[in-house]
Amino acid sequence: MTIINAAPLVRAIDIRKTFGDFEALKNVTLDIRRGEVVCVIGPSGSGKSTFLRCINQLEQIDGGAIWVNSELVGYRRDGQKLYHLKDHEIARQRRSIGMVFQRFNLFPHFTALENIVEGPVQVLGEEPGQARERARALLAQVGLADKETAYPSQLSGGQQQRVAIARGLAMRPDLMLFDEPTSALDPELVGDVLQVMRDLARSGMTMIVVTHELAFAREVADRVVFMDRGEIVEVDRPEQLLSTPKHSRTQEFISAVRV
Amino acid sequence: MTQTATMAATGPGELPADEFRIAHYTIMPQRHYGRFLAAAAILAILAAIARAFAMGDIEWRYVGMFLTAPAILHGLANTIVLAVFAMVLGIVLGVVFAVMRLSKNPVLRIVAIGYVWLFRAAPALLQLLIWFNLALIFPRIAFPGLFDVRTVDVMTPFVAGLLGLGIQQGAYTSEVVRAGLQSVDQGQYEAAQAIGMTRMRMLRRIVMPQAMRVIVPPVGNEFIGMIKLTSLASVIQYSEMLHAAQTVYYANSRVLELLFVASIWYLGIVSLLSFGQSFVERYFGRGDRGGRR
Ligand SMILES: Nc1ncnc2c1ncn2[C@@H]1O[C@H](COP(=O)(O)OP(=O)(O)OP(=O)(O)O)[C@@H](O)[C@H]1O
Ligand SMILES: [Mg+2]
Repeated sequence: MTIINAAPLVRAIDIRKTFGDFEALKNVTLDIRRGEVVCVIGPSGSGKSTFLRCINQLEQIDGGAIWVNSELVGYRRDGQKLYHLKDHEIARQRRSIGMVFQRFNLFPHFTALENIVEGPVQVLGEEPGQARERARALLAQVGLADKETAYPSQLSGGQQQRVAIARGLAMRPDLMLFDEPTSALDPELVGDVLQVMRDLARSGMTMIVVTHELAFAREVADRVVFMDRGEIVEVDRPEQLLSTPKHSRTQEFISAVRV
Repeated sequence: MTQTATMAATGPGELPADEFRIAHYTIMPQRHYGRFLAAAAILAILAAIARAFAMGDIEWRYVGMFLTAPAILHGLANTIVLAVFAMVLGIVLGVVFAVMRLSKNPVLRIVAIGYVWLFRAAPALLQLLIWFNLALIFPRIAFPGLFDVRTVDVMTPFVAGLLGLGIQQGAYTSEVVRAGLQSVDQGQYEAAQAIGMTRMRMLRRIVMPQAMRVIVPPVGNEFIGMIKLTSLASVIQYSEMLHAAQTVYYANSRVLELLFVASIWYLGIVSLLSFGQSFVERYFGRGDRGGRR
């Protein structure tokens, strides 16, 4: 390591999110270093997805603040006042964050290659020929070099999810968010997707992964976050948190998932 | 029961008794007597109608003669021009107001609701008459510093027809487009936002192309309706198909002959449009399972 970038890539401080009266996130605070892989686990409804979605502004937070790349997310500061960002400014902030969804959400009217090329050409203004070249390389990276002309409906779930990962990477993001990327897949298709994510983690990508794959978390994560009822209950290295959790709620969850 | 008994008699792996070997029997074709009867009845009725028209006081050679008369062809062209432009105006307005209707901005939303409410309420014929007679309320149309014209000069039958039909069409189309936009999965909006698209680019590149699959069939249907709706513009002196036919029969009194001429042309255009619609639908259905480009 030659450069030690002191500022964390993601800094969430005291974020709160409510849906009506329901508090989906309560004072969530977390720093994520550049190059770190953080897995988020927790029971259904604990706010894991909501946390990810707040980071790239698919949800607006109701309190606290998030910084990505030392830039305040969603607001412009002027002295002590905060102003909401405009549509195109929010769009610009999202470019540096890739997101992979549980249900893939590939664009069905585009081929695999077109799905990947869309962001670089339309959003980043890259030259189409070059963007296609790079998209081909990304398809090869996720093991789908032969599928560039296939439409999403002609791909298996696992293949679609790998195209979705390539689509996110095509934006050259600083951060990749994964929201249960393998939960909608048949068991035999999970492995390929996890392998792509494993390689990505090794390449130094900063990743936040909401997952139920505890074995994957143990192997790949630098830290694991356990969330319950809108709060971060415990954050620790995977071998600690998954084997000898300190908090009783974490223990309950881990032992329940084990069986 | 007796068959079960026979079956039981033959042991496992044994061939069934001869009474089950009927593979060589001939299957007799089904007789659909009802269909024959219905067809015969309908043919008889059609023949009677055809005979009535053939024997009636109608000169069929006039129909043939006027089918391609310059006045009629001119009317045909005007019908097509008005229908196409009114439809384009309707689609543009429809898209704009549908997007406004789904906007977060409450002002835009209310304006869109008001537009649909107002222009769907009044009959098309009445709207045409209002546009055509606009000069009675506003003798001049002016924009300070830009232009200032007499209303009667700009509000030609074509312009009045275009505005009257296009604007009311926009109200209908905006509802169709709205349904189309809402039919697109929420995940598509999120995926588009996640790769940093602005709202407008997302609508243009991701949402609209998918919404088109829902939008095209009803809009095709409305385009066909528009072809026929243009005949209303005959009352404001726009020389479309029906108006052309009327002008001719006022001169030669061949009323029904000319109405038939007009009918034949409408039939022709509408058939062509129905045919074209299936191609457009196929294009926007690309990527569907089964439907390949
Ligand atoms: N748009 C919304 N409107 C109302 N409530 C919501 C909305 N989105 C999420 N919630 C609620 O917020 C809570 C947290 O939801 P979230 O999706 O973040 O849970 P999760 O931890 O991702 O669960 P899962 O493991 O089932 O995906 C849930 O109780 C959910 O019902
Ligand atoms: Mg979730």
